[in-house]
Amino acid sequence: MSEPIISTPPQGAPAPDPSDPVRALVAHADDNLILAQRLGEWISRAPELEEDIAIGNIALDHLGVARAMYTHAGLIEGKGRAEDDFAMRRPEREFLNVLLVEQPNGDFAHTMVRGLFFDAYQVELWSDLSDSEDTMLAGIAGRALKEARYHFLHSSAWVIRLGDGTDESHSRAQAAVDALWRYTSELFVHATSGYRDIWEKVVGEIMDEARLRIPDDPYQRTGGRRGFHSEHLGPLLAEMQWMQRSHPGLEW
Amino acid sequence: MVTTAASLDLDHAREVASRVVDPEIPVLTIADLGILRDVRVDRGRVVAIITPTYSGCPAMTQIAEDLRSALRTAGFDEADVNVVHHPPWTTDWITPAGIDKLASFGVAPPGEEIVCPRCRAGSSRVVSRFGSTACKALMACSSCGEPFDHFKDF
Repeated sequence: MSEPIISTPPQGAPAPDPSDPVRALVAHADDNLILAQRLGEWISRAPELEEDIAIGNIALDHLGVARAMYTHAGLIEGKGRAEDDFAMRRPEREFLNVLLVEQPNGDFAHTMVRGLFFDAYQVELWSDLSDSEDTMLAGIAGRALKEARYHFLHSSAWVIRLGDGTDESHSRAQAAVDALWRYTSELFVHATSGYRDIWEKVVGEIMDEARLRIPDDPYQRTGGRRGFHSEHLGPLLAEMQWMQRSHPGLEW
Repeated sequence: MVTTAASLDLDHAREVASRVVDPEIPVLTIADLGILRDVRVDRGRVVAIITPTYSGCPAMTQIAEDLRSALRTAGFDEADVNVVHHPPWTTDWITPAGIDKLASFGVAPPGEEIVCPRCRAGSSRVVSRFGSTACKALMACSSCGEPFDHFKDF
Protein backbone atom coordinates (compact mmCIF):
# COMPACT_ATOMS: atom_id res chain seq x y z
CA MET A 1 0.00 0.00 0.00
CA SER A 2 1.39 3.40 -0.94
CA GLU A 3 1.36 6.37 1.36
CA PRO A 4 -1.24 8.98 0.52
CA ILE A 5 0.09 11.80 -1.60
CA ILE A 6 -0.95 15.13 -0.23
CA SER A 7 -0.04 18.18 -2.26
CA THR A 8 0.34 20.49 0.68
CA PRO A 9 3.09 23.06 0.26
CA PRO A 10 5.83 23.02 2.87
CA GLN A 11 4.99 25.29 5.75
CA GLY A 12 6.99 28.49 5.78
CA ALA A 13 10.09 26.79 4.43
CA PRO A 14 12.16 28.52 1.76
CA ALA A 15 10.63 27.66 -1.61
CA PRO A 16 10.63 29.37 -4.98
CA ASP A 17 6.87 29.45 -5.09
CA PRO A 18 5.05 28.39 -1.92
CA SER A 19 1.88 27.74 -3.90
CA ASP A 20 3.66 25.21 -6.12
CA PRO A 21 4.67 22.14 -4.08
CA VAL A 22 6.30 20.36 -7.03
CA ARG A 23 8.56 23.34 -7.72
CA ALA A 24 9.45 23.52 -4.01
CA LEU A 25 10.31 19.83 -3.83
CA VAL A 26 12.39 20.05 -7.00
CA ALA A 27 14.27 23.10 -5.71
CA HIS A 28 15.23 21.33 -2.48
CA ALA A 29 16.06 18.13 -4.36
CA ASP A 30 18.27 20.15 -6.76
CA ASP A 31 20.23 21.59 -3.82
CA ASN A 32 20.97 18.06 -2.65
CA LEU A 33 21.78 16.62 -6.06
CA ILE A 34 24.16 19.40 -7.06
CA LEU A 35 25.96 19.38 -3.72
CA ALA A 36 26.26 15.58 -3.91
CA GLN A 37 27.85 15.90 -7.35
CA ARG A 38 30.25 18.59 -6.13
CA LEU A 39 31.26 16.59 -3.05
CA GLY A 40 31.80 13.55 -5.25
CA GLU A 41 34.63 15.44 -6.94
CA TRP A 42 36.61 15.06 -3.71
CA ILE A 43 36.67 11.27 -3.89
CA SER A 44 40.31 10.11 -3.91
CA ARG A 45 41.48 13.72 -3.47
CA ALA A 46 40.59 14.48 0.18
CA PRO A 47 43.43 15.43 2.56
CA GLU A 48 43.21 12.11 4.40
CA LEU A 49 41.48 8.75 4.00
CA GLU A 50 38.93 9.40 6.75
CA GLU A 51 37.87 12.61 5.00
CA ASP A 52 37.56 10.83 1.69
CA ILE A 53 35.13 8.44 3.34
CA ALA A 54 33.34 11.18 5.28
CA ILE A 55 32.79 13.38 2.23
CA GLY A 56 31.70 10.36 0.20
CA ASN A 57 29.17 9.42 2.86
CA ILE A 58 27.81 12.95 3.07
CA ALA A 59 27.50 13.08 -0.71
CA LEU A 60 25.54 9.80 -0.65
CA ASP A 61 23.16 11.19 1.98
CA HIS A 62 22.46 14.22 -0.20
CA LEU A 63 22.01 12.05 -3.28
CA GLY A 64 19.57 9.80 -1.41
CA VAL A 65 17.50 12.79 -0.30
CA ALA A 66 17.45 14.16 -3.85
CA ARG A 67 16.28 10.83 -5.27
CA ALA A 68 13.45 10.47 -2.74
CA MET A 69 12.31 14.05 -3.30
CA TYR A 70 12.40 13.85 -7.11
CA THR A 71 10.38 10.64 -6.96
CA HIS A 72 7.86 12.28 -4.65
CA ALA A 73 7.70 15.42 -6.82
CA GLY A 74 7.06 13.27 -9.88
CA LEU A 75 4.18 11.47 -8.17
CA ILE A 76 2.54 14.71 -7.04
CA GLU A 77 3.00 16.27 -10.46
CA GLY A 78 1.39 13.24 -12.08
CA LYS A 79 3.02 13.60 -15.49
CA GLY A 80 5.06 10.43 -15.23
CA ARG A 81 8.41 12.10 -14.53
CA ALA A 82 10.78 9.89 -12.54
CA GLU A 83 13.97 10.75 -10.64
CA ASP A 84 16.19 10.40 -13.70
CA ASP A 85 14.00 12.75 -15.73
CA PHE A 86 14.58 15.45 -13.15
CA ALA A 87 18.28 14.74 -12.59
CA MET A 88 19.53 13.84 -16.04
CA ARG A 89 17.17 15.35 -18.61
CA ARG A 90 16.62 18.94 -17.54
CA PRO A 91 18.69 21.86 -18.86
CA GLU A 92 20.50 24.28 -16.61
CA ARG A 93 17.72 26.91 -16.73
CA GLU A 94 15.31 24.45 -15.10
CA PHE A 95 17.56 23.70 -12.12
CA LEU A 96 16.39 25.63 -9.06
CA ASN A 97 19.26 24.98 -6.64
CA VAL A 98 20.81 27.83 -4.68
CA LEU A 99 24.06 29.22 -6.07
CA LEU A 100 25.97 28.18 -2.93
CA VAL A 101 25.90 24.45 -3.70
CA GLU A 102 27.15 24.81 -7.27
CA GLN A 103 30.23 26.81 -6.28
CA PRO A 104 33.50 24.98 -6.98
CA ASN A 105 35.02 22.99 -4.13
CA GLY A 106 38.08 25.22 -3.94
CA ASP A 107 40.44 24.08 -1.22
CA PHE A 108 39.35 21.95 1.74
CA ALA A 109 38.52 25.07 3.78
CA HIS A 110 36.15 26.25 1.02
CA THR A 111 34.33 22.94 1.05
CA MET A 112 34.01 22.89 4.84
CA VAL A 113 32.79 26.52 5.03
CA ARG A 114 30.26 25.85 2.27
CA GLY A 115 29.24 22.77 4.24
CA LEU A 116 28.79 24.75 7.45
CA PHE A 117 26.60 27.37 5.75
CA PHE A 118 24.49 24.73 4.02
CA ASP A 119 24.29 22.22 6.88
CA ALA A 120 23.11 24.86 9.38
CA TYR A 121 20.42 25.87 6.89
CA GLN A 122 19.36 22.28 6.23
CA VAL A 123 18.98 21.48 9.92
CA GLU A 124 16.37 24.26 10.05
CA LEU A 125 14.73 23.26 6.78
CA TRP A 126 14.33 19.57 7.64
CA SER A 127 13.21 20.37 11.14
CA ASP A 128 10.43 22.48 9.60
CA LEU A 129 9.48 20.00 6.88
CA SER A 130 9.47 17.01 9.22
CA ASP A 131 6.18 18.45 10.55
CA SER A 132 4.70 18.70 7.07
CA GLU A 133 1.16 17.42 6.53
CA ASP A 134 2.56 15.64 3.50
CA THR A 135 3.61 12.46 5.32
CA MET A 136 5.96 11.30 2.57
CA LEU A 137 7.82 14.61 2.72
CA ALA A 138 7.73 14.56 6.53
CA GLY A 139 9.34 11.11 6.53
CA ILE A 140 12.08 12.09 4.07
CA ALA A 141 12.73 15.27 6.07
CA GLY A 142 12.72 13.48 9.43
CA ARG A 143 15.48 11.18 8.26
CA ALA A 144 17.39 13.98 6.51
CA LEU A 145 17.25 16.07 9.69
CA LYS A 146 19.26 13.50 11.61
CA GLU A 147 21.75 13.33 8.76
CA ALA A 148 22.03 17.13 8.46
CA ARG A 149 22.82 17.38 12.18
CA TYR A 150 25.58 14.86 11.68
CA HIS A 151 26.92 16.76 8.65
CA PHE A 152 26.85 19.95 10.73
CA LEU A 153 28.95 18.31 13.46
CA HIS A 154 31.52 17.44 10.81
CA SER A 155 31.65 20.78 8.96
CA SER A 156 31.53 22.93 12.12
CA ALA A 157 34.34 20.93 13.77
CA TRP A 158 36.51 21.44 10.70
CA VAL A 159 35.72 25.15 10.39
CA ILE A 160 36.73 25.65 14.04
CA ARG A 161 39.87 23.57 13.58
CA LEU A 162 40.90 25.45 10.45
CA GLY A 163 39.83 28.94 11.55
CA ASP A 164 41.40 28.61 14.98
CA GLY A 165 44.41 26.71 13.65
CA THR A 166 47.60 27.90 11.99
CA ASP A 167 48.02 31.25 10.24
CA GLU A 168 47.78 29.42 6.94
CA SER A 169 44.61 27.49 7.79
CA HIS A 170 43.04 30.61 9.30
CA SER A 171 43.70 32.74 6.24
CA ARG A 172 42.31 30.05 3.96
CA ALA A 173 39.18 29.62 6.08
CA GLN A 174 38.66 33.39 6.13
CA ALA A 175 39.16 33.54 2.36
CA ALA A 176 36.46 30.88 2.02
CA VAL A 177 34.04 32.87 4.21
CA ASP A 178 34.79 36.02 2.19
CA ALA A 179 34.09 34.17 -1.06
CA LEU A 180 30.96 32.31 0.00
CA TRP A 181 29.14 34.69 2.34
CA ARG A 182 27.55 36.41 -0.65
CA TYR A 183 25.59 33.24 -1.46
CA THR A 184 23.96 32.88 1.96
CA SER A 185 21.01 35.29 1.60
CA GLU A 186 19.61 33.17 -1.17
CA LEU A 187 19.10 30.28 1.24
CA PHE A 188 16.35 32.36 2.85
CA VAL A 189 14.85 34.09 -0.18
CA HIS A 190 11.36 32.74 0.34
CA ALA A 191 11.60 31.70 3.98
CA THR A 192 9.36 32.95 6.71
CA SER A 193 10.99 35.45 9.02
CA GLY A 194 13.19 34.02 11.71
CA TYR A 195 14.90 31.46 9.50
CA ARG A 196 17.88 33.67 8.82
CA ASP A 197 18.07 34.86 12.46
CA ILE A 198 18.42 31.33 13.80
CA TRP A 199 20.94 30.49 11.09
CA GLU A 200 23.06 33.57 11.84
CA LYS A 201 23.09 32.72 15.53
CA VAL A 202 24.16 29.10 14.94
CA VAL A 203 26.74 29.94 12.29
CA GLY A 204 27.89 33.00 14.24
CA GLU A 205 28.76 30.91 17.28
CA ILE A 206 30.90 28.59 15.18
CA MET A 207 32.57 31.51 13.39
CA ASP A 208 33.35 33.20 16.73
CA GLU A 209 34.96 30.06 18.02
CA ALA A 210 36.87 29.76 14.74
CA ARG A 211 37.99 33.43 14.95
CA LEU A 212 36.39 34.10 11.57
CA ARG A 213 34.57 37.31 10.73
CA ILE A 214 31.67 38.17 8.45
CA PRO A 215 32.95 40.14 5.44
CA ASP A 216 32.28 43.89 5.41
CA ASP A 217 31.05 43.79 1.82
CA PRO A 218 27.23 43.49 2.02
CA TYR A 219 26.90 42.31 -1.61
CA GLN A 220 24.66 39.28 -1.98
CA ARG A 221 24.09 37.25 -5.12
CA THR A 222 20.87 35.35 -5.90
CA GLY A 223 19.16 33.83 -8.92
CA GLY A 224 19.53 30.07 -8.54
CA ARG A 225 16.00 29.59 -7.23
CA ARG A 226 14.76 31.22 -10.45
CA GLY A 227 17.05 29.16 -12.67
CA PHE A 228 19.68 31.85 -13.21
CA HIS A 229 22.96 30.23 -12.32
CA SER A 230 26.62 31.08 -12.00
CA GLU A 231 29.04 29.97 -14.70
CA HIS A 232 29.89 26.89 -12.62
CA LEU A 233 26.67 24.89 -12.97
CA GLY A 234 26.88 24.29 -16.72
CA PRO A 235 30.16 22.32 -16.66
CA LEU A 236 28.92 20.33 -13.65
CA LEU A 237 25.73 19.34 -15.49
CA ALA A 238 27.65 18.58 -18.68
CA GLU A 239 29.71 16.04 -16.80
CA MET A 240 26.85 14.63 -14.73
CA GLN A 241 24.36 14.32 -17.60
CA TRP A 242 26.81 13.33 -20.31
CA MET A 243 25.75 9.69 -20.49
CA GLN A 244 22.01 10.39 -20.84
CA ARG A 245 22.65 13.22 -23.29
CA SER A 246 24.88 11.04 -25.46
CA HIS A 247 22.81 7.87 -25.19
CA PRO A 248 19.24 8.93 -24.33
CA GLY A 249 17.39 6.32 -22.29
CA LEU A 250 20.49 4.24 -21.63
CA GLU A 251 20.09 1.91 -18.67
CA TRP A 252 22.66 -0.06 -16.70
CA MET B 1 3.87 -23.26 -8.66
CA VAL B 2 1.18 -20.73 -9.29
CA THR B 3 -0.09 -19.02 -6.19
CA THR B 4 -3.59 -17.70 -6.31
CA ALA B 5 -5.06 -15.11 -4.03
CA ALA B 6 -7.11 -17.72 -2.24
CA SER B 7 -4.13 -19.86 -1.36
CA LEU B 8 -1.74 -17.10 -0.26
CA ASP B 9 -0.10 -18.17 2.95
CA LEU B 10 0.60 -14.85 4.63
CA ASP B 11 2.43 -16.38 7.59
CA HIS B 12 4.79 -18.14 5.22
CA ALA B 13 5.37 -14.92 3.24
CA ARG B 14 6.16 -13.09 6.47
CA GLU B 15 8.63 -15.75 7.49
CA VAL B 16 10.37 -15.68 4.10
CA ALA B 17 10.56 -11.88 4.08
CA SER B 18 11.86 -11.67 7.63
CA ARG B 19 14.77 -14.00 6.80
CA VAL B 20 16.24 -11.65 4.15
CA VAL B 21 19.58 -10.33 5.39
CA ASP B 22 21.24 -6.96 5.19
CA PRO B 23 23.91 -7.24 2.45
CA GLU B 24 26.39 -5.12 4.40
CA ILE B 25 25.86 -6.69 7.84
CA PRO B 26 24.86 -10.22 6.82
CA VAL B 27 24.35 -11.48 10.37
CA LEU B 28 21.31 -9.21 10.63
CA THR B 29 18.00 -9.83 8.96
CA ILE B 30 15.85 -6.93 7.83
CA ALA B 31 13.44 -7.93 10.60
CA ASP B 32 16.26 -7.61 13.17
CA LEU B 33 17.03 -4.15 11.79
CA GLY B 34 13.41 -3.00 11.90
CA ILE B 35 13.52 -2.22 8.18
CA LEU B 36 10.73 -4.70 7.40
CA ARG B 37 7.61 -2.91 8.56
CA ASP B 38 4.87 -5.19 7.36
CA VAL B 39 3.95 -8.00 5.01
CA ARG B 40 0.36 -8.00 3.82
CA VAL B 41 -1.87 -9.07 1.01
CA ASP B 42 -3.22 -6.38 -1.25
CA ARG B 43 -5.51 -7.31 -4.14
CA GLY B 44 -4.21 -10.86 -4.27
CA ARG B 45 -0.52 -9.93 -4.15
CA VAL B 46 1.94 -10.16 -1.32
CA VAL B 47 3.26 -6.71 -0.46
CA ALA B 48 6.34 -6.27 1.72
CA ILE B 49 6.76 -2.81 3.20
CA ILE B 50 10.19 -1.51 4.08
CA THR B 51 11.52 1.77 5.48
CA PRO B 52 14.93 3.01 4.37
CA THR B 53 17.60 3.57 7.00
CA TYR B 54 19.94 6.30 5.78
CA SER B 55 19.07 8.42 2.73
CA GLY B 56 22.38 7.44 1.21
CA CYS B 57 22.35 3.75 2.05
CA PRO B 58 23.11 1.88 -1.19
CA ALA B 59 21.98 -1.38 0.41
CA MET B 60 18.30 -0.42 0.17
CA THR B 61 18.07 -1.18 -3.56
CA GLN B 62 19.73 -4.54 -2.96
CA ILE B 63 17.40 -5.30 -0.04
CA ALA B 64 14.32 -4.61 -2.18
CA GLU B 65 15.74 -6.87 -4.91
CA ASP B 66 16.59 -9.63 -2.42
CA LEU B 67 13.10 -9.43 -0.92
CA ARG B 68 11.39 -9.76 -4.29
CA SER B 69 13.63 -12.62 -5.22
CA ALA B 70 13.15 -14.47 -1.90
CA LEU B 71 9.38 -14.15 -2.14
CA ARG B 72 9.39 -15.27 -5.78
CA THR B 73 11.51 -18.31 -4.91
CA ALA B 74 9.01 -19.17 -2.18
CA GLY B 75 6.22 -19.13 -4.76
CA PHE B 76 4.87 -15.63 -4.31
CA ASP B 77 5.30 -14.71 -7.95
CA GLU B 78 3.59 -11.37 -7.86
CA ALA B 79 5.21 -9.97 -4.73
CA ASP B 80 5.67 -6.21 -4.48
CA VAL B 81 8.05 -4.23 -2.30
CA ASN B 82 6.85 -0.81 -1.22
CA VAL B 83 9.07 1.81 0.36
CA VAL B 84 7.48 3.89 3.10
CA HIS B 85 9.36 6.91 4.45
CA HIS B 86 7.12 7.85 7.35
CA PRO B 87 7.73 7.56 10.21
CA PRO B 88 11.48 7.63 9.57
CA TRP B 89 13.55 4.64 10.64
CA THR B 90 15.50 4.87 13.88
CA THR B 91 18.06 2.59 15.51
CA ASP B 92 15.47 2.16 18.30
CA TRP B 93 13.72 -0.23 15.91
CA ILE B 94 16.61 -2.72 15.97
CA THR B 95 15.34 -5.70 17.94
CA PRO B 96 17.11 -6.99 21.10
CA ALA B 97 18.15 -10.05 19.06
CA GLY B 98 19.59 -7.71 16.44
CA ILE B 99 21.58 -5.82 19.08
CA ASP B 100 23.07 -9.11 20.34
CA LYS B 101 23.96 -10.22 16.81
CA LEU B 102 25.67 -6.91 16.08
CA ALA B 103 27.84 -7.23 19.18
CA SER B 104 28.84 -10.81 18.36
CA PHE B 105 29.65 -9.72 14.79
CA GLY B 106 32.20 -7.25 16.17
CA VAL B 107 30.15 -4.08 15.75
CA ALA B 108 29.43 -2.05 18.88
CA PRO B 109 25.63 -1.61 18.90
CA PRO B 110 23.95 1.80 19.17
CA GLY B 111 23.39 3.04 22.67
CA GLU B 112 24.91 5.40 25.17
CA GLU B 113 27.57 3.01 26.36
CA ILE B 114 30.04 1.99 23.66
CA VAL B 115 31.84 -1.22 24.58
CA CYS B 116 34.82 -2.58 22.66
CA PRO B 117 33.55 -5.75 20.95
CA ARG B 118 36.94 -7.42 21.44
CA CYS B 119 38.07 -6.72 25.01
CA ARG B 120 34.79 -5.38 26.45
CA ALA B 121 36.48 -2.20 27.73
CA GLY B 122 34.10 0.72 28.04
CA SER B 123 36.47 3.45 26.97
CA SER B 124 37.14 4.40 23.36
CA ARG B 125 37.72 7.37 21.07
CA VAL B 126 36.23 8.35 17.72
CA VAL B 127 38.69 7.84 14.85
CA SER B 128 36.18 9.01 12.24
CA ARG B 129 32.50 9.87 12.52
CA PHE B 130 32.07 8.33 9.09
CA GLY B 131 32.97 4.66 8.82
CA SER B 132 32.89 1.91 6.23
CA THR B 133 29.13 2.25 5.71
CA ALA B 134 26.61 5.05 6.28
CA CYS B 135 25.43 3.50 9.55
CA LYS B 136 28.82 3.10 11.20
CA ALA B 137 31.50 5.27 12.83
CA LEU B 138 35.09 4.14 13.30
CA MET B 139 36.27 3.90 16.90
CA ALA B 140 39.48 2.83 18.61
CA CYS B 141 39.52 1.06 21.98
CA SER B 142 41.48 2.92 24.67
CA SER B 143 42.35 -0.34 26.38
CA CYS B 144 43.37 -2.87 23.71
CA GLY B 145 43.99 -0.27 21.01
CA GLU B 146 42.03 -2.16 18.35
CA PRO B 147 39.88 -0.19 15.93
CA PHE B 148 36.22 -1.22 15.71
CA ASP B 149 32.95 -0.17 14.08
CA HIS B 150 30.17 1.45 16.06
CA PHE B 151 26.62 1.35 14.74
CA LYS B 152 25.69 5.01 15.17
CA ASP B 153 22.65 6.14 17.12
CA PHE B 154 20.21 7.41 14.54
